Amino acid sequence: MTFTVSTAPNGVTIVSVDGQLIVANRNELKDKVLKALEAGESKFVLDFLSTEYIDSSGLGVLVSVSKKIREAGGELRLAGLNEDLRMLFELTKLDTLFKICDKADEAVQSF
Amino acid sequence: MVIVPLRLCVRRPGRVNPRGPEEGLLMTITVPSELEIVEQTVDIVARYCLACGLSVRAVRFNLRVALSEALANAIVYGNRLDPGKRVHVTLRRHGEGVAVSVQDQGSGFDPRCIPDPRHPDYLERSEGRGLLLIKELVDHLAFNEKGNSVCMTLRRA
Repeated sequence: MTFTVSTAPNGVTIVSVDGQLIVANRNELKDKVLKALEAGESKFVLDFLSTEYIDSSGLGVLVSVSKKIREAGGELRLAGLNEDLRMLFELTKLDTLFKICDKADEAVQSF
Repeated sequence: MVIVPLRLCVRRPGRVNPRGPEEGLLMTITVPSELEIVEQTVDIVARYCLACGLSVRAVRFNLRVALSEALANAIVYGNRLDPGKRVHVTLRRHGEGVAVSVQDQGSGFDPRCIPDPRHPDYLERSEGRGLLLIKELVDHLAFNEKGNSVCMTLRRA
């Protein structure tokens, strides 16, 4: 499992999640996003193109970082969710809470 | 009895062939209260569920999510990560499919007291979605009276 942080030409911070986002590693993602937020970044895309699975605690950390970003005046987009992951968002109604794009490029350009 | 590395204790009575028509106990797994072992436990149960005739989709998604959540709940909220406590997983085959039970050694809880995380008041909470996912993804769900054992049934397609 790795979280890769990069910056798009328009200044959007992209965090790619490779593998699983689960109870065992969720705080690592939270720490990376909050660190970027504290450094002054405000526009974030979380790219799940290479993510196999997100458990309920992973969903919870997404809710948590979303609130932190919003409270700091920033914005968050999610991208690259496969069919299974989208279903998890729909079942929990979190699809109503997040802005979800098909691809990371699309999400980056949407800011 | 077969001992699998990483301290999982898997017992297969051997009387029921998962590919055959018989009903009964297929397997029990004793799991330590460590989150790192959830995935391996799910993999073992998933292989047996496939052999029992559940669809690949039901095993790959429904079982995987529901069992992962049930195990995490048992380890974190039931056993409170106490290394001296175990979680017991039981897999039974019956006429319609398979039943997977997850029992911890905690004091139990009342599932009726868990609020619906989809309610607007709770949507932005960071916890409390595991039970909802289990309910949504299995065909039948039952708790014991104490509330420390959950039985999830998945039917064959």
